Amino acid sequence: MIPASFEYRRPSTVDEAVQALVGGDAKVLAGGQSLLPLLRLRLAFPDLLVDVGRVESMRGVRDDGEHLVIGAVTTHHGVVTDPLIAQHCPLLAQATSTVADPAVRHRGTFGGALSHADPAGDLPAVALALDAEFEIAGPTGRRTVAASEFFVDYLQTAVGAGEVLVSVRVPKLGAGWASHYEKFHRVAQAWAIVGVAAIVRRDGDSIAEARIGLTNMGSTPLRASATESALAGAALHDGGVTAATDRASEGTDPPSDLGGAADYRRHLVKVLTRRAVLAAAGS
Amino acid sequence: MTTTETHVIGQPRKRKEDARLITGQARWTDNITLPGMLHFALVRSPMAHAKISSVDVSAALQRPGVLAAFSGADLAADLGSLPCAWPVTPDMVHPDHHPLATDEVRYVGDAVAVVVARDRYAVADAIEAVEVDYEPLPAVVNMEEALKDEVLVHSQAGTNKCFVWPFDGGDYDAVKATADIVFKRRYVQQRLIPTAMEPRAVVVEPLAAAEEFTVYSTTQIPHILRVMLALTVGIPEQKLRVIAPDVGGGFGSKLNVYAEEVIALVLAKRLGRPVKWTESRSEGYQATIHGRDQIQDIEIAATKDGKLLGLSVDLKADMGAYLQLVTPGVPVLGAFMYNAIYKMDAYRFRCTGVFTTKTPTDAYRGAGRPEATYAIERAMSDLAHEIGKDPMQLRRENWITHEEFPFTTIAGLTYDSGDYEAATARSMELFGYDDLRREQAERRDRNDPVQLGIGISTFTEMCGLAPSRVLGSLSYGAGGWEAASIRMLPTGKVEVVTGTAPHGQGHVTSWSQIAADALGVPFEDVEVMHSDTRVAPMGMDTYGSRSLVVGGVAVHLAAQKVIEKAKKVAAHLLEAAESDIEFAAGTFSVKGSPDAKKTIQEISLATFAAHNFPDGVEPSLNSDAVLDPENFSFPHGTHLCAALVDTETGHTKIRSYVAVDDVGNVINPMIVEGQVHGGLAQGIAQALYEEAVYDDDGNLVTGTLVDYLVPAASDLPEFTTDRTVTPATSNPLGVKGVGEAGTIASTPAVVNAVVDALRPFGIDDIRMPCTPERVWRAIQDRSSGGDRSAEGTVAYGGTQTATTAGRDTEAGGGAQ
Repeated sequence: MIPASFEYRRPSTVDEAVQALVGGDAKVLAGGQSLLPLLRLRLAFPDLLVDVGRVESMRGVRDDGEHLVIGAVTTHHGVVTDPLIAQHCPLLAQATSTVADPAVRHRGTFGGALSHADPAGDLPAVALALDAEFEIAGPTGRRTVAASEFFVDYLQTAVGAGEVLVSVRVPKLGAGWASHYEKFHRVAQAWAIVGVAAIVRRDGDSIAEARIGLTNMGSTPLRASATESALAGAALHDGGVTAATDRASEGTDPPSDLGGAADYRRHLVKVLTRRAVLAAAGS
Repeated sequence: MTTTETHVIGQPRKRKEDARLITGQARWTDNITLPGMLHFALVRSPMAHAKISSVDVSAALQRPGVLAAFSGADLAADLGSLPCAWPVTPDMVHPDHHPLATDEVRYVGDAVAVVVARDRYAVADAIEAVEVDYEPLPAVVNMEEALKDEVLVHSQAGTNKCFVWPFDGGDYDAVKATADIVFKRRYVQQRLIPTAMEPRAVVVEPLAAAEEFTVYSTTQIPHILRVMLALTVGIPEQKLRVIAPDVGGGFGSKLNVYAEEVIALVLAKRLGRPVKWTESRSEGYQATIHGRDQIQDIEIAATKDGKLLGLSVDLKADMGAYLQLVTPGVPVLGAFMYNAIYKMDAYRFRCTGVFTTKTPTDAYRGAGRPEATYAIERAMSDLAHEIGKDPMQLRRENWITHEEFPFTTIAGLTYDSGDYEAATARSMELFGYDDLRREQAERRDRNDPVQLGIGISTFTEMCGLAPSRVLGSLSYGAGGWEAASIRMLPTGKVEVVTGTAPHGQGHVTSWSQIAADALGVPFEDVEVMHSDTRVAPMGMDTYGSRSLVVGGVAVHLAAQKVIEKAKKVAAHLLEAAESDIEFAAGTFSVKGSPDAKKTIQEISLATFAAHNFPDGVEPSLNSDAVLDPENFSFPHGTHLCAALVDTETGHTKIRSYVAVDDVGNVINPMIVEGQVHGGLAQGIAQALYEEAVYDDDGNLVTGTLVDYLVPAASDLPEFTTDRTVTPATSNPLGVKGVGEAGTIASTPAVVNAVVDALRPFGIDDIRMPCTPERVWRAIQDRSSGGDRSAEGTVAYGGTQTATTAGRDTEAGGGAQ
């Protein structure tokens, strides 16, 4: 399929990118793995594409003390293979390794997937569970938005018109924390029907603290707050975890589509949350 | 002297085709760019069923780069009606099928107008400017609804019933009256989309003041296409040359005469310039034929201990909105396969073809036989469960034993050879059947959330289409012969011309092996030419696992004729009697005088010079053979699948899969292995993944690869494959077809495994594909998991609401 015609610019700095985005109906292009299909199916008709793929300051992972800073155009492959991420935030590498296929992971970018904000995408729920922070550049300068404020609605984020996501800060997971991303899908390339990102701190035979992000259980990624509360102090082996994870569907509003009806997803999220928590806890 | 190789047949030679294909040097139709070439695109109906009130192309004509635009009415006289070559009954309803709809659209994707422009970007923009007014009519997407004739797809026909095709072997009613058990099941074949890797494309080049045309097309059937285009468009056949360049898969989807091919020819004729069309994947999903989509009501009459007495099949087959080239013939081909490898006294088959407002169906890998095999292999396992017998034991007690071949079945076919016992024994051994049964019992005992199921498919199939007289008796419009020519070049190199049209099967390699062995020349010295009606003037093309058993054998026969001719020359040069000439490994020698010999290369050169030649013999070794096969080919095998079903999520994982196939003698084991692997992938895809879903309004909901799930290699298990070899007796190479066997065999093996895992839950069917949601829902409801894939959509049919489907999206929580 052939997209409608558009202008194309390829800035080399963030400032140039922000200037290029001024006025008109512009879209930011990074790896193109979500935007190009929309263009080719003629579901989107921007006048201008601003390709940030060559903005070098937006690429790569750096150590910033208690945090890692991940440039928005770092590819999924870059995330999966990055030694800092492997050391300090293995959840991100594990979840990213489930994204689509190698071809997509070599082109698609971390920031692109988050900016696209498909609730069926894996990374939004992971970023939410990690309490990541999003650095956004715009005509009036830069601002930082918490993950809880970043995902606004289906395919909508806090990134406004004329703005671009520059980088994402994720906290390093300290000693005692462990994580797991449990993705449920039918074929490797398919979107998650439901996904669960679990980060837990274990205290002996019980869970001390947990953070749970849910993929595809609503129009945005969600935190399983009721489960998180119930997991605090829950015993690993006497049904405590199951009692807590049985509350994983509370507050969710999952879609009904070809992947499954809402009731199936509400069931699935409980099973998958239990599995994710137990896997993270090494049990 | 060149070293000759013997016994190239049977060696896993690397494919001659691949170096080119994997280094980007293939020539696909879409790569063809001709001077002055124009591009066209089609305006397609967004509605499943509507009257066309008006089509206005004037705004499109004003767009930059646009040279022409036509409505269906504008071109109706030139375009004619697309052919259906298989009128299965004399009274079959065969509606007009205009390449561009004129008065009514009947499926989403039905073309209504065409725009021609200088480049494909211009034409993609310009089609949006064509104004079409539709007057909506109700859609009918479900066959059982359609048979009520409340909504007529073709109002002038007065019915949606296309045909009823009956077959009777023995007296089923009489047999049924004596049976202890009458066992009934309904199985459903979901609709599938073939998804060849290369989308369709066509280029037509007009020559000689637009009186001659070269058609380049992504087709499996260049020869049949030439005849059909000549008849449809009225261009004399000798003025048409059809070339299928490199073609990237077909699976039956390119076994057709498509609207776009006819439109391209008509546009090239009108405009006097080359034209090109290439589909996008999502366009192809609407406008390239679909497969399967049948409802199968099966009845088995048996004794109480499971001896089959009779089988009755009441089949409904969805034609879609129109008849394509062999649409009605697909379910009819299946008619001969429901009885499969089993002996019985009576067989009744009724097939009703039904029109619906969906994309036309046609042949898809296996075409009729996967459906039949699925039903009987499911039924045998279900019957075994019903009477409390091991499913393999039930099969054993009913199948044709190896001593009984040749065996004439209740469906009237004569199976020439086979050994079901041998293939089964090997398969059971590789699989570890008894150990897995033990593990299954243990998992059941401890209520393991992950249950194990074992699925069996002891399949056979009929392929190698086909004896022409049989095709004639089934009212098919063509024969089933195949042609081959061998040209011996002066240097002793060999050109093989075949009438088959490979599009991934590796004929160039396999035919080289056959010719090299027969002529005693090196494999590398053989070139194989095909798929151009000027180069290979005679052919019936490639489909129905026919190429080797008909076309490959024809190569062998042509080579025998070359040897016979060469013997006369050798006798003359060696001054011996022809009857004293022996031929082996590329060398002609005189009986009793081992030093008196000539190689086939020497004979070739001597024939080229013709200085010293026998009187009355033409100076040529070139030979043609046209083979009309005496019988079909009947590959068989035993496939075993162990599936783990996660009862908490409904997810199925194939733990092990063993395929022991008997395809007779093997020319190239690596190619056979590849065919089996690909076939298994496609059959497993039907069992677990793929489903074309339409909503009640007739929209294809699975319109892209995001929603239509084609599994990749990483989604499939490691296959354990092996072979038994029971040579076919119906051809001199002893070969059988292999192109569709894996697809035919694997679907029931997998679904039998899923159902077997879930027997303790009282489940005896899961609708295909066995999606996690269906399996989970089946466990909740003790049902087949329902026909619907999604809110407001219809999978095989049924127009339930969410409530009647047993789903309350507000209830939440899941029952357990």
